Amino acid sequence: MTQLALVIDLNVCVGCHACVTSCKEWNTSGSAGPLFDERPYDANPTGTFFNRVQTFEMGKYPNSETLHFPKSCLHCEDPPCVPVCPTGASYKRKEDGIVLVDYDKCIGCKYCSWACPYGAREFDEKQKVMKKCTLCVDRIYDQSLAEIDRKPACVKACPTSARLFGDIHDPESEVSLAIREDGGYALMPEWGTHPANHYLPRRKTKLKIHKDELERADNPLKVDGQLPKPGKGDSSMDDVSAW
Amino acid sequence: MSSPIHDPFTSPLPNAEIEIKTTTCYMCACRCGIRVHLRNGEVRYIDGNPDHPLNNGVICAKGSSGIMKQYSPARLTKPLRRKEGTERGAGDFEEVSWEETFSILTERLGKLRATDPKKFALFTGRDQMQALTGLFARQFGTPNYAAHGGFCSVNLAAGMIYTIGGSFWEFGGPDLERSKLFIMIGTAEDHHSNPMKIALSKFKREGGRFISINPVRTGYSAIADEWVPIRPGTDGALMLALIHEIIALGLYDREFLVRYTNSGQLVNLDDKHDEFGMFVRTEVAKEEGCYDPQNKLWWDRNTNKAVITHSEGADPYLLGEFALPDGTAVKPAFQLLQERVQDYTPEWAEQITGISAETIRRLAHEMGITARDQKIELPIAWTDSWGKEHDTVTGNPVSFHAMRGLAAHSNGFHSIRALSILMTLLGTIDRPGGFRHKPPFPRPIPPCARTPNDPRAVQPNSPLDGMALGWPSDPDDLFVNADGSPVRIDKAFSWEYPLSVHGLMHNVITNAWRGDPYKIDTLLLFMANMAWNSSMNTSAVRKMLVDKEESGEYKIPFIVVCDAFHSETTAFADLILPDTTYLERHDVMSMLDRPISEFDGPVDAVRIPVVPPTGECKPFQEVLIELGTRLKLPAFVNKEGQRKYRDYPDFIVNWETAPGSGIGFLSGWRGKGGEKSIRGEPNPNQWEMYAKNNCVHHYELPRSYQFMRNWNKGYLEWSQRSGITRYAEPILIHLYSEVLQKFRLAAQGKSITRQPPAHLAKRIETYFDPLPFYYEPLETQTSDKQKYPLSALTQRPMAMYHSWDSQNAWLRQIHAHNYLYVNARTAKGAGIADGDWIWVESQWGKVRCMARHSESLEPGTVWTWNAIGKAAGAWNLSPDANESQQGFLLNHVISEELPPQTDGKRFSNSDPITGQAAWYDVRVRIYKAEAGEPEQTSPQFEPMKKYPGMSDRPSWLNYLGGSKKKGGAK
Repeated sequence: MTQLALVIDLNVCVGCHACVTSCKEWNTSGSAGPLFDERPYDANPTGTFFNRVQTFEMGKYPNSETLHFPKSCLHCEDPPCVPVCPTGASYKRKEDGIVLVDYDKCIGCKYCSWACPYGAREFDEKQKVMKKCTLCVDRIYDQSLAEIDRKPACVKACPTSARLFGDIHDPESEVSLAIREDGGYALMPEWGTHPANHYLPRRKTKLKIHKDELERADNPLKVDGQLPKPGKGDSSMDDVSAW
Repeated sequence: MSSPIHDPFTSPLPNAEIEIKTTTCYMCACRCGIRVHLRNGEVRYIDGNPDHPLNNGVICAKGSSGIMKQYSPARLTKPLRRKEGTERGAGDFEEVSWEETFSILTERLGKLRATDPKKFALFTGRDQMQALTGLFARQFGTPNYAAHGGFCSVNLAAGMIYTIGGSFWEFGGPDLERSKLFIMIGTAEDHHSNPMKIALSKFKREGGRFISINPVRTGYSAIADEWVPIRPGTDGALMLALIHEIIALGLYDREFLVRYTNSGQLVNLDDKHDEFGMFVRTEVAKEEGCYDPQNKLWWDRNTNKAVITHSEGADPYLLGEFALPDGTAVKPAFQLLQERVQDYTPEWAEQITGISAETIRRLAHEMGITARDQKIELPIAWTDSWGKEHDTVTGNPVSFHAMRGLAAHSNGFHSIRALSILMTLLGTIDRPGGFRHKPPFPRPIPPCARTPNDPRAVQPNSPLDGMALGWPSDPDDLFVNADGSPVRIDKAFSWEYPLSVHGLMHNVITNAWRGDPYKIDTLLLFMANMAWNSSMNTSAVRKMLVDKEESGEYKIPFIVVCDAFHSETTAFADLILPDTTYLERHDVMSMLDRPISEFDGPVDAVRIPVVPPTGECKPFQEVLIELGTRLKLPAFVNKEGQRKYRDYPDFIVNWETAPGSGIGFLSGWRGKGGEKSIRGEPNPNQWEMYAKNNCVHHYELPRSYQFMRNWNKGYLEWSQRSGITRYAEPILIHLYSEVLQKFRLAAQGKSITRQPPAHLAKRIETYFDPLPFYYEPLETQTSDKQKYPLSALTQRPMAMYHSWDSQNAWLRQIHAHNYLYVNARTAKGAGIADGDWIWVESQWGKVRCMARHSESLEPGTVWTWNAIGKAAGAWNLSPDANESQQGFLLNHVISEELPPQTDGKRFSNSDPITGQAAWYDVRVRIYKAEAGEPEQTSPQFEPMKKYPGMSDRPSWLNYLGGSKKKGGAK
């Protein structure tokens, strides 16, 4: 059984928001659109976006970390937004596990957005229906696009390749490999939603210097007749003994 | 469950006409290749072009939002003239035809050209059209031309080019593909955008270690393996301490220093001698046309005497002191460097930078040991300039990137010289895993372009006898009058800012207003928001723009602004020229401008129109060519005085640097049939060939020409034959800078070159030091550091490029207003809670804004995003938009001039060597706003008016590309 999903690598996400607006521009003119913007040139502009990035700070200076966190619908394997929908507008596709909203059935009651623990669903103020990430279902199967382009807009756009796309039920897929080898984790597993999207955690690369690596036979100072000397202020026997 | 009714697959406009065109993005200066997908002639979406070498198919938030730039209600669509009888700045404009516009300009500029060409000043905010704008200025005959570099990062360009013959970004960069340790210092969170993002991600995934040294931890720094907070303006101290440690432990690449730099060259230390501090020269047979003769000396270890550098079998001492046969005391340059950094210990640097001595040592050790022990050897054979054949190219895989955090300080030039020297000591210049040049760099030190050096180069009805911008090599190259006063309005290339290679755009308005050095008549600003975020002391600059003489005439009599959008600066125009957007025009990203080359060879690119111009918008390039033709500037008309070029594309195809040179703006598909690269006859189908090839031409050099290019015989000769450089001599790295010493000698009265006016001698003697040294920034030296204990900085965010995206409906949903970020502890200490309204105040002024606590911030620094705060009503945003009510501009607290000298005169708030605008030197204090104060930023400005030709702003948008209705009022 196929379950398409995104794996988002927090180790390389720099918070550029490419995924946010490339999604917006693709979907507003596509089958999932249009995507509304309210007060676009006035105070407090707001609009429908399927993907948002938040930046968090963790810890206290100087031991602080900054984390960029993109979030969109996680296409849960057990999506709580589906059973609560009174009209059946909210549905999960059998063929690939993508969770979608049928705009023609949706009555905009917003029940699904209460059920979703991730805040992934937005009410479009113009069309008055719920909208969310479609995993670009209108791109990934479109044979008129080159194969390289048959992926979600955000995945194609991401300059750091932080977004991977594939079938998490296929153990050989790029996404399965990443989850397995790089510690991919589910968001808020305690809700039991089994989100298909996973995140890869941050990893630090460290460098260990051994003291004796600083001393070398081929030290260039020797060539010019100079070797590192202790500083005049450094400790020596002269400080403690008097013969 | 029943099947869905709404079809998730089908396009909402299934029978629409689809078209895909490639061009180059211009939402920032990165210039990625894009595909623009059109539906029924409208932009449906924009994505990255997978076949473009710069971005390989990716695109950022800005690039993806091009639709909202193209269709913004802030578009200016008609030429406009300030209504007669109205005040400049009030924004009362009337439509005027292009014919009338050209008439006005031709008449006025024609008069200026015939009497005093200096009175016409052309300053452009964006550099990537410099080849044409610079050509126009030169042909007109005015010296008063520059682009934005002086207020951006000229220190970075000059500091590195005067040392290694290249610099970061457009001119070179870190080879992250092979590097193992990457240090990013003083870089904004998104510089330089997509290519850096692509490379950084691969670098991390392949096991590289990334260290970010920055007062702030945002953007890229979030994924750094280590963040090293540093106090602003102290990077030079860190660099010098790192150099100290590297030398003390012998962690430098001696072989590299000996052969490829001037480290071993003997410096004259006879302080009575006129050549004190210069390299000793010997007689050699001088080759015809030689730029940098091989006539310096080493003290050979093998024979224990002075020999000509690079003599066969010789190996110089890098340390020691010697005496020449005639008794002259000499030392190798490297010995002088060692002496210079003697006292610059990590303990010393700790006091200044706030970085512990232990960390500074560890950083030096990491760099030195990685460079030394993780050597790369590529099986690439190459021959060096002295004829030695090498079987391999060696790499020391430590790389760096730096930008305005180092540059925008009055001590930036020396800090960057120190960084360049550190990179050199580690043996990383033009080597794999280190720093690599991008053609047309490396260039000789300094590059050959020169401004005139005599006011007589400015003559009526004549082109300028020299370039408007150049690279001085000694005081005789300065562009000054007989009394030593500046010829240029911005005082560039004068004794006040001798190496101001990018000009001083940030002082033009002040100088013109004050009439110092003289008054001008016409100021033409292109794509520069000088009445807002691109000026320091913005409130005062806005007043200067409308200030009048006693006679009632404006002090700057005529201002022309060319912009595509309703920027704050347009209100101060007497004439507005509506530019096209990047999707509506031809453009050239030429090697003659800011190039977009790759490490492996020259690249240039074009833009071709994908949609027709809106309204009566005209590309600025077409305006210049039309104006140049009407003014009969020689480059634009034939012998009979008739128009030579049909339009800009025709100009690009057919213009050559000299008749028959074969060198033009574009290097691709030259030759009659497009069969030549770099050099060749004009090809009438050149544009079509670019269009067929993703709008880009990428010439890959042979592998043996891709590294060590400063000293690579094959590369240097190819570069000379191609007309890229004039000389093929090796470009030795200037660890020790004789250029600076020449200026110092002049200031000491010792040189045979010109000498500075008496009141400037001390300043030049102090700062023109052939080796870097650390000094506190000039503004800081004159600030009360107790009263103003904090540094204030700005940076641009990932999703906005200065003021370029102020009109963008999508991007402003990411940034509609800015906070002043304050370290949480610092804020609490001042009684400031997260989100409080506060005042940030310098000795020059104060601004009211909102505070935001941050832990990812060095405690002595506050910062905000630049250009997010806007003037009310600008960009056709509503007067109560967040940008003007909660957003603020820090520029109001920064002065473009230092406090007065004893004689009342004021220097620019700039680096004394390059004139670089010292944005980040400002010192501030913060305090809570009083209860009862309005929750609104201060200062406020009278809301801007809409102009004729602008559309109404819709109160909602529901964008569906290619459909009829997309938005409206409620």
